[in-house]
Amino acid sequence: MRRLWRWLIPLAALPVLALLAYGFRVDPRDIPSPLIGRPAPAFGLATFEGTPLSLATHRGKVVVLNFWASWCQPACYEEAPVLERNWREYRDRGVVVVGVDIQDRREPAEKFVREFGLTFPNAQDVTGAVSVDYGVYGVPETFFLDRQGRIRVKHVGAVTDAVFRANVDRLLAEPGSP
Amino acid sequence: MTVDLGYGMTLVALVLAIYGGAAAAVGARAGRPALVESAQHAALGVFVLITACFALLTYAFLTFDFSVRYVATNTNLGTPFYYRITGVWGALEGSIILWSWMLGLYTLILILRHRDSARELYPWALATMLGILAFFLLVMTIAAPPFQRQVPVAADGRGLNPLLEDTGMITHPVALYLGFTGFTVPFAFAMAALITGRVGDTWLALTRRWTIVAWYFLSLGLLIGGWWSYHVLGWGGYWAWDPVENAAFMPWLTATAFLHSVMIQERRRMLKLWNIVLVILTFGLTLFGTFLTRSGVIASVHAFTQGSIGALFLGFLALVMLTALGLVAWRWEALRSQGELDSVVSRESAFLLNNVLLIAAAFTVFFGTVFPLLSEAVRGVKVSVGAPFFNQVNVPLFLSLIFLMGVGPLIAWRRASLENLKKNFLWPVVLGVAAAAAAFVLGVRSALAALTLATTVFVGATIGVDFVRATRARLRVGEALVPAVGGLLRRHNRRYGGFVVHLGILLIALGVTGSHAWSVQTEATLRRGETAELAGYRIRFDDLTAVEESNHFKVVGAFTVSNGRVLDVLRPAKKFYPQEQSPIAYVDYRLGLKEDVYLVLGDFARDGTQATIKLQVNRLVSWIWIGGVVLTLGALLAILPERRTPA
Repeated sequence: MRRLWRWLIPLAALPVLALLAYGFRVDPRDIPSPLIGRPAPAFGLATFEGTPLSLATHRGKVVVLNFWASWCQPACYEEAPVLERNWREYRDRGVVVVGVDIQDRREPAEKFVREFGLTFPNAQDVTGAVSVDYGVYGVPETFFLDRQGRIRVKHVGAVTDAVFRANVDRLLAEPGSP
Repeated sequence: MTVDLGYGMTLVALVLAIYGGAAAAVGARAGRPALVESAQHAALGVFVLITACFALLTYAFLTFDFSVRYVATNTNLGTPFYYRITGVWGALEGSIILWSWMLGLYTLILILRHRDSARELYPWALATMLGILAFFLLVMTIAAPPFQRQVPVAADGRGLNPLLEDTGMITHPVALYLGFTGFTVPFAFAMAALITGRVGDTWLALTRRWTIVAWYFLSLGLLIGGWWSYHVLGWGGYWAWDPVENAAFMPWLTATAFLHSVMIQERRRMLKLWNIVLVILTFGLTLFGTFLTRSGVIASVHAFTQGSIGALFLGFLALVMLTALGLVAWRWEALRSQGELDSVVSRESAFLLNNVLLIAAAFTVFFGTVFPLLSEAVRGVKVSVGAPFFNQVNVPLFLSLIFLMGVGPLIAWRRASLENLKKNFLWPVVLGVAAAAAAFVLGVRSALAALTLATTVFVGATIGVDFVRATRARLRVGEALVPAVGGLLRRHNRRYGGFVVHLGILLIALGVTGSHAWSVQTEATLRRGETAELAGYRIRFDDLTAVEESNHFKVVGAFTVSNGRVLDVLRPAKKFYPQEQSPIAYVDYRLGLKEDVYLVLGDFARDGTQATIKLQVNRLVSWIWIGGVVLTLGALLAILPERRTPA
């Protein structure tokens, strides 16, 4: 009996280890945005080329609204090609990608757009009003808007092909009335 | 180029560490000194390579080499020189390099010191060290590589977390990591003792001083961390029971327990099993702390660094704990006690109780830290426990510990006689009670504060009694006062080092009590020229100016502090970093022995006519820092080599 008893010492470590392993399954920072299901706040900005940019122009489309900054490494650098690729693939199916550059200076931001060859509309939020309206906490954050202009999904961190497709395909499959 | 070179060196270091660990183990098993010697060379090689990696990364930081992703993520063109250096360990990847470097350094010191002194244990200890080092190098190669390419090369980087732009951040991580990694050495000797079956006194003697060294650095790290929290974070506190603070505190508690229980084993051949488990536990808790800080499993305000290294760390933690505790079970018979407890009223039982309390504190801290996880696993609801839980449970524990601090060092071994008790404790008890009474007369109505004061005075008096008695004994032999005191400290440096540490703890306890019981605060919105008042201080809002710094923009307020006469002008600020969503507060304060005036700038009108401030008068906080200095000096005294020859 005594012999067996002593092996309880190493065994005692097991429940703690199991609990910590369980920790990987949950995300402590996963706090839902209160904006989900609400109409997306309107805004009026000008793109880097100088054309006006607002959500109203894209009514009836699925909108992927991405907040980024040129200093945001590595996440924004990872997702920029992903956004561009998927924008090209989906643009003829009623999807628009809109980039909003926040808390940034003009030259590095323009360089960022140029280097990644971004062709979807990108604008700088000079006053920060748009990011405040959307409750942006850090970059990158991406909002998926349905065809009624409601915020349906908020994605924190770099967007991957899988994330883009899953959300956009789902929103495209919904019956849309303008 | 930089990336290839750095990554290549990391890989070679990893291979060398694995080889060295294996060579040392095989050499020890087969009794082939040549292999152990070869392992030593490998260890030297590993250290040189890590040093080179570290230097290379520092160079990349200094030259803004944004082709290295880690550099681009943690610095930008505006980052000042000093913070480009500290930026090297400002995030996960770089901290792992620093960590490995220190581990390599400790391994070298271990080789230099113990190569000849502990023939049987040494090769196994070396093998353990190199094995652990190999794990960290593995992390550096696969999970969190500091040398990783950034494509396309960024024009500018993201910048360091602004909260880390502080001088405290130069020293805090360094001290903390020296403490954390330092506990690897005792662990390595514990493993060596278990593997060889030599669980007697040799490993313990080797381990004790190493533990004090690690303990010294960990204490220093914790204290600097508290200071950083106090003067940077702007909430006026120094300790928040945040998971990451707890992570550093738990090994401190278990190591403190070990430093006390080790004395019982030395004297009475008791607690062998307990001591070895404490060493294993301490090391396990340092790994757990790293896991907690780096894995992001538990949310923390310290979430400076996150990574995908959680699984790797957890696997390693499991390996270490199961192997070590398995070995303990295997050597069970050899670890049985030889001595027995003679009486409840004895130094042994005081130390035993001290250990029970310290472990209870470590356990409650652990429990509170993982509670969110536990409640989610069991009930599906995320509930975190806050400071009230930790305070409620720990305050009585710590008060009892402080009380024992007075009893333990003076009470007799084996069995204390009534005579012994009277001789040592009569005056301290009288003084303690008198202190509480005096506090009551002076208007202190908080029972807790009075109790702490009484206990603190009691303990302080016991230290005084002992010291005066020992000095007198020396004076009687004809020594002069100064050499008598110096010789006492030097010859019984371990005992008096311990006393000085205890004094430091007393001062810290006073500071903590004072700041909790008597601090006051207020908030006010002032127009220019208006004053706010708190605890006899008048704070006048003078003006607000905007300043452009190299990597941020700041708004600085000027406030004149007076209490009848003008004392100071405080300039708290709000700093706006482009990469941060919310501004960072910059606190200004006027420190004093009795109280600090602590001023934080809140909202302000853009035209500079109005500002909201948070004003605190924090009582006795400075004693925490003074106590910290005393404590670390005591630890240094205890580390000095013991001299048994007459001084």
